Amino acid sequence: MPQVTLSVNGKSHTVDIEGRTLLVELLREKLRLTGTHVGCDTSQCGACVVHIDGESVKSCTTLAAMCEGASVTTIEGLAKADGTLHPMQEAFREYHALQCGFCTPGMVMSAVDLVQKHPEGLSELEIREGLEGNLCRCTGYHNIVKAIAAAAEVMHGKRETIAAAAQ
Amino acid sequence: MYDFTYTKPSSIADAAKLLAADPDAKFISGGQTLLPALKHRLNRPTTVVDLTGIAEMRGIRREGNSLVIGALTRHAEVATSAEVKAAIPALAEMASNIGDTQVRNRGTLGGSVANNDPAADYPAAVLGLGATVVTSSREIPADEFFLGMFTTALEPDELLVAIRFPIPEKAGYAKMRNPASRYVMAGAFVSRGPQGIRVAINGAGPCVFRQADMEAALAGAWSADAVAGVKQDADGLNGDIHGSAEYRAHLVTVMAKRAVVAAG
Repeated sequence: MPQVTLSVNGKSHTVDIEGRTLLVELLREKLRLTGTHVGCDTSQCGACVVHIDGESVKSCTTLAAMCEGASVTTIEGLAKADGTLHPMQEAFREYHALQCGFCTPGMVMSAVDLVQKHPEGLSELEIREGLEGNLCRCTGYHNIVKAIAAAAEVMHGKRETIAAAAQ
Repeated sequence: MYDFTYTKPSSIADAAKLLAADPDAKFISGGQTLLPALKHRLNRPTTVVDLTGIAEMRGIRREGNSLVIGALTRHAEVATSAEVKAAIPALAEMASNIGDTQVRNRGTLGGSVANNDPAADYPAAVLGLGATVVTSSREIPADEFFLGMFTTALEPDELLVAIRFPIPEKAGYAKMRNPASRYVMAGAFVSRGPQGIRVAINGAGPCVFRQADMEAALAGAWSADAVAGVKQDADGLNGDIHGSAEYRAHLVTVMAKRAVVAAG
């Protein structure tokens, strides 16, 4: 059986796969990292977004075999080892940027990539356009946008904490 | 998805050999179209040949009055490339609006052009700029490359290696997206430059095509008003639940006007 060796959240794994194994299947079924969700399975909803070498991608539309040597970050890899949440996670909690929570891992991973690519800051419109690949069926976008704007300020050092941004 | 053998050659010659030996093998680069198709079992390749290890199919470079973009270049790279923005800003702008961020981080120029989806963006730029498709065995002018719906002049074992875009004086692109799928309902890529005046229409018909009446009108006067009076014949255009052929024909003129305005 073919194998792929990749780093997931900083830890190296060598995993038996089939040619057709998708990255999301490797993460969920082989590594039991079930924070990454499968929403639509048609590449539209973004619940499966993870980072490959720092870029957000849809793990349901990526072959595991094509990730040889890649560095993958999933929602489980964002918080610090001591449990301190990433500013984006903290912002989603502070702004109540979720209802059912199913889309949240993908939203957070897309949002982190979006903010990292825009050190100059983001307008509300840019945030909304940046979320084009992520669907929320509870229609919670409004608070998601607010959370990302707050997290962007913290990630770029314009505010110290999400709580301060919330005020 | 049915299983297949995955293989990753490191040269164009090896990749072409794999396809020549097996008519049911398929190339993959970004996989943003192929993988959804495989999941729907619309296709059943025996072998999937990963092209991403072929270094000579990468990169963006200026060659005289042309911009050469490797087939494996991802949409996000074209959208943010300083070289592309300086030489053909309309191309960078177009790439920045393909699909969504995650699709742009994986999807490639070569994959989009070789697939020739009627509703894809890149074929309009290739035809609208009069680009040349560089393959593993020859060079094909855009006018001879796009043959029909999902059909190109590529032979089964021929690889699209790069595309050479002549740098235009002016170029612009406008599209109407389907509000649900975000694919192009109708789009227009217009340019004026070394390849003359060109108007390529995508999304509206079964294959990207040149709109000769609009090209003639723009040759008379380069302005949105010049194309405003040119009606697109609805005959042969796509009609479906998203829009009738007549609606798409109307959109063609509107998008051409907007593309000329965008080109300046």
